[in-house]
Formats: sequence, C-alpha cells, structure tokens
Amino acid sequence: MTEPLLVGTDLHKMYGTTPALRGSSLTVRAGEIVAVMGSSGSGKSTLLHCLAGIVRPDDGTVVYAGREISAMSDVERSALRRRDFGFVFQFGQLVPELTCVENVALPLRLDGVRRKEAERRARVWLDRLEVGDVAAKLPGQISGGQGQRVAVARALVTEPKVVFADEPTGALDSLNGEKVMQLLGQAARDTGAAVVLVTHEPRVAAYADREVVVRDGASLDLERVA
Amino acid sequence: MSIGHSFLGLLEGKPRHGYDLKRAYDERFSPGRPLHHGQVYATLSRLLKNGLVVVDGLEPGEGPERKRYAVTDAGITDVQAWLSQPEKPEPYLQSVLYTKVVLALMTGRPADEILDVQRTEHLRLMRDVTRRKTGGDLAEQLICDHALFHLEADLRWLELTAARLNELAARVRP
Repeated sequence: MTEPLLVGTDLHKMYGTTPALRGSSLTVRAGEIVAVMGSSGSGKSTLLHCLAGIVRPDDGTVVYAGREISAMSDVERSALRRRDFGFVFQFGQLVPELTCVENVALPLRLDGVRRKEAERRARVWLDRLEVGDVAAKLPGQISGGQGQRVAVARALVTEPKVVFADEPTGALDSLNGEKVMQLLGQAARDTGAAVVLVTHEPRVAAYADREVVVRDGASLDLERVA
Repeated sequence: MSIGHSFLGLLEGKPRHGYDLKRAYDERFSPGRPLHHGQVYATLSRLLKNGLVVVDGLEPGEGPERKRYAVTDAGITDVQAWLSQPEKPEPYLQSVLYTKVVLALMTGRPADEILDVQRTEHLRLMRDVTRRKTGGDLAEQLICDHALFHLEADLRWLELTAARLNELAARVRP
C-alpha cells in the first residue's frame, strides 16, 4: 500500500449558519481514483474544495505530500493548485475567447512555459482525449462532450499529482459521459495521477477504485465498515 | 434465456455441429458463463425430437463422428414467433432487500447498516463489470451495460430507502 498523498482530517465548514462539513475525513493515495458520493447538499463538493485548497476549512487539517494546505497562504495555495492539482468541473469552464488548444495550454503558459512548447504539449493531450480535431475551434463551436474532453486535457496537461473532478459528466448524455470517464481514468492511470471524483451517479463512481459516501457533512468509508 | 431458440437462430446462418453451436453461443450470448456440454446435447435432442432441426450430415473427428445440425422450416417459424413475442417485463415487486429492511426495523436491528453493506456489494460488482466493459468489444459492452443499468436501479432504490428509513420504521414497528 502506497503512502497517503492527500489527507483531510476532521474537516468542519460552515456557510453562514449552515454546516456543510461536520467532521469529514478522507485519505487519497498516489494513483488511486476515489469516488466521493452523496445526495445534493451532503457536503461532497465542499469536501473536494477543502481538499483542493480552494476553500479553507473552519476546523481540521488538509495535508498534501507532508505539507499542511490549510495553513498555507493564499499565494502558496494558488501555486500548489496550479502545479500539482488539476480540475474538471461539471461545465468545462473553458475560456470562451481562446481556442481549444489555447485553453489546454493555459495552465502551462501561467507556469511560464513558452507558447510554442505549451501548445505542442496541449496538442498531445487533445489527441490523447481524442479531440485533436477541435484544437483550432472556440469552445462555443464544439459539443458539450468535446468540451468536457478538452477540459480533461487542460486538467492533465501539467501532469498533476491529483485531479479533482466535480460531477465531470453531470452535463453530458450517458454515452459521452462514459467516454469522458474512460478517458479520464485511463489518462490518470497512465500518468499516475490520483483522482478525487465527486459524483452522485453510481455508473460514474464505478470507474473509481473505491467509494466514500458523504452524509450530512460527514464521510463514511463504507468498504472499511463492511 | 431460451437456449433452444438461440440455437435455432444460430443455425439459420449455417448448419453447425454441437461443439460449434456451443462455442458460438458462449461467445455471443454468455461470455463468462459457458454452457455445459450436457445442456447443449439435451437441447439439440429436444429440437430434433420436435422437428425443429435435422441432422444434416456426419463429420469425422478424432473421437466418434460428429453430427451436423440444420434448422428446418418449422424451426425458422418457431424462432420468428419467439423474436416477435415481447418479453414479459420483470415486475420486481418481491424484493429480498425490502424484506430484510422491514424485518430489521421490526426487530430493532440497524436497517441502515444492511443498506450500506448492500450498497458496497453492489458498487463492487459495478466496478468489476465496468472494468470488464472497458476492455471489451461492442457486444461485451452492451451485455455489461444491461447489467450496469440494473445494478444502478438497485442502488438508487437503496439510496431512496435509506432516506426514508425513519418514515418506514414508524409504519412497520409494532
């Protein structure tokens, strides 16, 4: 068993007077795909946001590769997210004014990689996600399924250690959703990235190695209970 | 699954001997759960007796000679009637899981744990089937999809029931 890469422990988070997390914990090991399931409002997305350093928990710790994210400055967390983490959301959130290849190259450009090299690497990832033919198109000119594959390419182009995917197939029909999951799972396994996959769909969760359920802000590792 | 009708359909393409039929059936319709030889020959005997197939010839083999079977006109009519008849949808109105949940509630046992354990088992099988599907050809993918949709329906029921346990407990507890 590999060492834990990302460990959230006893996380608490309130939004106003509403508790979103009430003592949720999750351990992710290098290279594994973990599905985080739960009904709407259970706190699963908040858990992902805390683990990814997007949201600071009110209480509890998030430790990534031995460093406590929850204690980092905003600048440090931002750099960590850019270099070590990749993100895929329900709606691709591609920049509408940039072509698909420019969108995928964007994380590399932000990290100082020259345009030519960044776009070369972006094209490799677009090909891997089987959307090389839309490289020169704008996001508004492609289908939802293609857009989500471009978003996966953008999440993986920096070869992150952890990919956070929040309902990545939520806006897709089942065929496109399955294709995205197959490609995301395969790409993550090829690069050794861990994936934290938030979903309410069992068929999507079945692409993961294991499942954690969030109920009322607390996470349950059912396979360890069973 | 009607093995006999499947055999008749396979024989419509060309005459085959028993082993060939078994192999075609296993590959197309039952990967991972091959027919027993006894099932194959019992089915062929019945089809032969009912005039739905005939012995079309004998092929020499290493052991005894192998019979080659061909479908008859009556066999083609029979398979056509079977294909035209809709399958009766499974009513799903008697559920072991429901019984377990109600009995747990009635006897003061933790019904939520029963649902969680079952959920884990279902998702484990869904992961296995998904892996099989990912590595399979189109036929394999469709067979796996059929299983996945049914397993998913069960999981949705488990979730819904978990959300209604208190309500159910109030109704079934003496």
